[in-house]
Amino acid sequence: MAEKVLMKGNEALAEAALRAGCRFFFGYPITPQTEVAAYMSKRLPQVGGTYLQAESEVAAINMVYGASAAGARVMTSSSSPGISLKSEGISYMAGADLPGVIINIQRGGPGLGGIQPSQSDYWQATRATGHGDFQIFVFAPSTVQEMADCAYEAFDIADRYRIPVMILGDGLLGQMMEPVALPEQRDLSSLPEKPWATSGHRGERAHNVANSLYLTAEELERLNIERYERYQAIKDAEQRCEEYLVDDADIVIVAFGASARVARSAVNAAREQGIRAGLLRPVTLWPFPESAVSAAADSAKALLAVEMNMGQMVDDVRLVANGRVPVEFFGRTGGVIPTPAEVLAKIVEINERSGE
Amino acid sequence: MSEATAEKLVYERPHALLPVVTNYCPGCPHGIVIRLVAEVLDELGVEGEAVGVAPVGCAVMAYDFFGCDMIEAAHGRAPAVATGVKRVHPGNVVFAYQGDGDLASIGMAETVHAATRGENITVIFINNAIYGMTGGQMAPTSLPNQVTQTSPYGRDVDTAGYPVRVAELLSSLDGVAYIERVTVDKPASVRKAKKAIRKAFETQIAGRGYSMVEVVSTCPTNWGMTPQDSFEWMRENMLPYYPLGVKKDVVADGFENAAEAALARAAGCPIAQPKGAE
Repeated sequence: MAEKVLMKGNEALAEAALRAGCRFFFGYPITPQTEVAAYMSKRLPQVGGTYLQAESEVAAINMVYGASAAGARVMTSSSSPGISLKSEGISYMAGADLPGVIINIQRGGPGLGGIQPSQSDYWQATRATGHGDFQIFVFAPSTVQEMADCAYEAFDIADRYRIPVMILGDGLLGQMMEPVALPEQRDLSSLPEKPWATSGHRGERAHNVANSLYLTAEELERLNIERYERYQAIKDAEQRCEEYLVDDADIVIVAFGASARVARSAVNAAREQGIRAGLLRPVTLWPFPESAVSAAADSAKALLAVEMNMGQMVDDVRLVANGRVPVEFFGRTGGVIPTPAEVLAKIVEINERSGE
Repeated sequence: MSEATAEKLVYERPHALLPVVTNYCPGCPHGIVIRLVAEVLDELGVEGEAVGVAPVGCAVMAYDFFGCDMIEAAHGRAPAVATGVKRVHPGNVVFAYQGDGDLASIGMAETVHAATRGENITVIFINNAIYGMTGGQMAPTSLPNQVTQTSPYGRDVDTAGYPVRVAELLSSLDGVAYIERVTVDKPASVRKAKKAIRKAFETQIAGRGYSMVEVVSTCPTNWGMTPQDSFEWMRENMLPYYPLGVKKDVVADGFENAAEAALARAAGCPIAQPKGAE
């Protein structure tokens, strides 16, 4: 086990990305993710990489598109309003089957919103990171350690499935400090080959083309269907979640990221009162951990989604539960972080109702 | 020696141009310029190192025409995409091929910033003063009083403002090594255009900085003219507004590259001097 160091979430994430072999970063300043860019601007030149501050979020994601097409491990980071600007480029990456890692350290919205932590981009990340038929892979870390672990793995997932990967953090996880054991530096010569890359054919092969334009409807349909077969393989293989006291729980909270930290405290407090509460924490938001949530829908009396928004992931919980069990919601929004006492009160209320 | 072997081959398809049918309208100059770029890639022997970026617009399918590796960019983003490629592979020859709507309207930010960063890329810019692919709307380079689908009473500069002279605009930027405006209306112009395109690529290969060739062009289909009349209209109206010629050439100005020229321009600014300079 590597020695633990005390780091901010944003910096741990950035360092882990470097160690995963990321040597190109294109970004634009926005609170509360700026530490990622600042860290990259300091470290990338030290390891022979390139940090470039783009003229806009739009340009940054298109530089990512170009660098990815050229075969590099590449990353950009932003916060909610900036991710909206990047969604055009993310759609093109998905359409051209280009890997890449996009960090969203969420803040409150809509519009300019605020700069306090939020989870109100769940729908954007899992449903609509741009136009068209596509998904991106979404990690939802909950600790500084997981910020590093997800960033490290994101590049492998992106390359394996040729898919954009988002790490959906928030201002709380980005700014807080915790001990973290950093992963080992990947041997750059061991990174996956990319025979599809547009890096010059050297007269040795036909030309490669990175493209998302298909003017024949049947051809575009066929490609979309093939992509969704790949998505199904991801859903089958990559659903991740952490279960905490779920086995005997009457009330199972489903919460990710920062709100899962609060929910865990509330579960402990409920257990002290004799209420059998548990926590199911999605680590991947897409693919959503349907299997685990479905099992909880069979075993528990009620599910409770706790989020830092007006109720977004709760839709996925309801889709999976499919009427088998009541699905409740508790959330704070606009940058307000729910307290364990508030969540406990909701657990108590549900417990009393289900006992009637 | 037989008569057959004495024949001299004077014209063939460039290797960097794939044997495909293009999507261009009859009389459209795109085909000429695409061919010139391919000829230059051949002559410089860089097809294998080249990565081209196609725009959104009439040249959107250019990735099917060039034999080098190609990337299709989102509308206006070609310079950002080219930047990403060039930063990963500085030894590659990276070019963007863009029209006026793509380069000077939706992609103006990417255009200006790639140029001012001195991205060592080459941009081929086709300026025909109209949106061709979407059926003839007003472009950022449409002339005052020019009638288009979305300026049916003629471009009113009081409400629609003035056209952008891209070559002059970008020439003011320090990252730029070479910019020339050319046209392809007759054989002599085509030869001149090819020389400029070749020089732009040589500028990149020598690592001198950003290079761009603006090609003043036509759109017979959407202008509603024959190809011959289009060139006549272009000579009469466009060339006075968009004068041909070299707009910036740091080598002709006596510098090795754009960086040296920029340094000379900032001679009076202490912080802009090289680190460690006295």
